[in-house]
Amino acid sequence: MCLAVPGQIVERLDDGLAKVDFTGVRRNVSVVFTPDAEPGDWVLVHVGFALAQIDEDEARATLELLGEAIAAELDASRPDPSNKLQLAGEAP
Amino acid sequence: MRYVDEYRDGRAARAIAAEIRALAEPGSNVKLMEVCGGHTHAIYRHGLEALLPDEVELVHGPGCPVCVIPMGRVDDAVSIAERPEVTFASFGDMLRVPGGRRRSLLEAKARGADVRTVYSPLDALGIARREPEREVVFFGVGFETTAPATALTLLRARELGVRNFSVFCNHVLIGPALRAILDSPETAIDGFVGPGHVSTVIGTRPYDFVCREYGRPVVVAGFEPTDILRAVAMLLRQLRDGRAEVENAYGRVVRTEGNPQALAALAAAFAVRDDFEWRGLGAIPRSGLRIADDLAEWDAENRFEVPGARIEDPKACRCGDVLRGLAKPYECGVFGTACTPEKPLGTCMVSSEGACAAYYAYGRHQRREQVTA
Repeated sequence: MCLAVPGQIVERLDDGLAKVDFTGVRRNVSVVFTPDAEPGDWVLVHVGFALAQIDEDEARATLELLGEAIAAELDASRPDPSNKLQLAGEAP
Repeated sequence: MRYVDEYRDGRAARAIAAEIRALAEPGSNVKLMEVCGGHTHAIYRHGLEALLPDEVELVHGPGCPVCVIPMGRVDDAVSIAERPEVTFASFGDMLRVPGGRRRSLLEAKARGADVRTVYSPLDALGIARREPEREVVFFGVGFETTAPATALTLLRARELGVRNFSVFCNHVLIGPALRAILDSPETAIDGFVGPGHVSTVIGTRPYDFVCREYGRPVVVAGFEPTDILRAVAMLLRQLRDGRAEVENAYGRVVRTEGNPQALAALAAAFAVRDDFEWRGLGAIPRSGLRIADDLAEWDAENRFEVPGARIEDPKACRCGDVLRGLAKPYECGVFGTACTPEKPLGTCMVSSEGACAAYYAYGRHQRREQVTA
């Protein structure tokens, strides 16, 4: 029931509907709850209704956090030149 | 950007898992509840539990609106569906849910009832418009994620003057369910992974009471593996720091204030029932929605007499315990034996979001051998 999928608005139609593209599959979706969404915008769709417009800035911010986590992990696992055990491939 | 794959990055998942291991206090036992059935399934589909240290336990909550429908209400739905003039439209995952004596909508369909699966309540309204000789009834199931769709469909039915359409309303609210879990003396939850998509509608403020009144942190999370892992890390950080706040880790679709248009539709189409029976949790006050008085004509409970019986769950069924996080699916005596997805005894096994179904599908039932050995 929580299943909601991102899709991109292709064009607005009558009666509060829009044609939305879900990686190739197109479906008419009600955009009554996302009145500011324009063609080209991404929305989250649940049971035929767009519930939210995907905020690109927030989306990128989250990806940056993920990038930072990866970088921190790489740092943590990088061999420390002063630690001979690590250089030899042993666990610290 | 496609907004899905990027959040499934394996390296990021492993990196956050390392953070989680560093945050977990050795020897501690932290219980985090993921409220939403969609989260339960994502966790098992992506094998996330295996990435967590022993100190951190994920406990499944009642956020599966199919799972919490009591058997008596399923019987009511079946009784409406069995009428020859009725076309009963429902989301697919309600079809196999067993009522009393294991009868389901699918079973009624096999015996000749006109039961049809729809993706959206608007599809059900479409059937009513195209087939004016049929009495179309839509089975309204779901939390605040789904209720706005039903709300809008009801308003549209009235606007268009479609008379051969009604809704059998079983929508429920997540807030009262959370409170019921927190008030239950046996539950010992340290923090909550907050539902992602319900929150796009209701925002994050409805969870404030969990922090203020019960002192537990809540992190609203998305459904991709990295979303869920990040939420776990954020909860552990809060616990370590002695904080209890609502944090939004799904900012790309959840706004603090929610969706005003969806909330307005809910207010226009529904009223809150005094109480509503939940499978496994009993009657919870002000936890269910009913159709508003000025839409009474589109309320299936006004058009049709239903048995309205309160049916006890089968004795062997432990759905109630599973929904409150007190038992794991493999701790239920009939898991995988008398209760399977094909022949379910209880709702947790049949719903696409049920914990038992997740365990069964993703092979966790093998753990049972380890546990009981």
